[in-house]
Amino acid sequence: MADYVLLLLGMGLVTYLPRWLPLHYLSRRSLPEWFIQWLELIPAAILSALLLPALILDGDPKYLDLLRPEFWVALPTFAFAWWTRSLGGTVVLGMLLFWLVGKVDPQWFAWMG
Amino acid sequence: MTPLSSTTFSTTLKEGLNAGWPICLGYLPIGMAFGVLAQKAGLTPLQIGLMSIMVFAGSSQFIAVSMLAGGASAPAIITTTFVVNLRHVLMSSALAVYLRAAHRGLLAIYAYGVTDESFAVNLPRFNTRTWSLPRALVVNHAANLTWFISTVAGGIGGRFIPEGALGIDYALIAMFICLLIYQIRKLIHLLTAVIAGVTAVGLALVIPGNTYIVIASIAAATVGVIIQRKVMRRNPDNG
Repeated sequence: MADYVLLLLGMGLVTYLPRWLPLHYLSRRSLPEWFIQWLELIPAAILSALLLPALILDGDPKYLDLLRPEFWVALPTFAFAWWTRSLGGTVVLGMLLFWLVGKVDPQWFAWMG
Repeated sequence: MTPLSSTTFSTTLKEGLNAGWPICLGYLPIGMAFGVLAQKAGLTPLQIGLMSIMVFAGSSQFIAVSMLAGGASAPAIITTTFVVNLRHVLMSSALAVYLRAAHRGLLAIYAYGVTDESFAVNLPRFNTRTWSLPRALVVNHAANLTWFISTVAGGIGGRFIPEGALGIDYALIAMFICLLIYQIRKLIHLLTAVIAGVTAVGLALVIPGNTYIVIASIAAATVGVIIQRKVMRRNPDNG
């Protein structure tokens, strides 16, 4: 537990400082333009770097698998997020579709040969 | 900032909650999902609640828990948390423009609640001069309280939710899908996201561990800035 609290202190500090330092100091100093542009692209980059491997890679060591339900459920979830811009709605729809896909029995499609 | 009497306090509370409720609604399933995943990774409800109070950063908490489950070291988790949350520098910088006259102590409290979601709710209101720091603090702390309660509830109730129930394992992916969509505002964001995603997949196939996330993000943002500045130099009108 002591190790865990130390971990949280470290995580809390590195989370709080980037949130606080600019608010505290920016009235005196500003960031160079290229750095602001770079930071502005970071969220899209990080989220995509987290997301795409989670959708199309499987196993450890990892291999490419385009038939994962994670990937196919993501397509309508992306479309829903794009049109509605609703965080709560997107999470609920994604979970619902993923749950429904898990209910599908491959046997149902046996007639397709 | 004007001092708060009891009537202005209730108005402030009402207006803050009026602006902040969509965040709270969105946090409920995500917080519950986090609690369930954290509990599966071996954390107690107390440990989950402590993390939600001491860190209060959705995506990095999910990443930290999956890294803990994978046996990652504390320095690796803290470094990843730092890189994942570095984006808040830009949000706080943008917010600082509207908070020049603000009390430094209140700013220090406000900084604690700067998240992707509270930033998205508060900034446009500051921008139209219809907002105040106390109202923004209500938004931040309502979000924080909801996050704390829903993560702990997920950690307690998670024990009774069977594996794969209600697609809860997909909550994180769905949240990232929506937050990524929020970030795609111009062609350059789409381009950066595509470069980051493809680079991350390529790197994940050849190097073990989670370092591919940081390397791919930094590489993609750097390539994005270089392209953006080249295009801007060529067509200064197109921005």
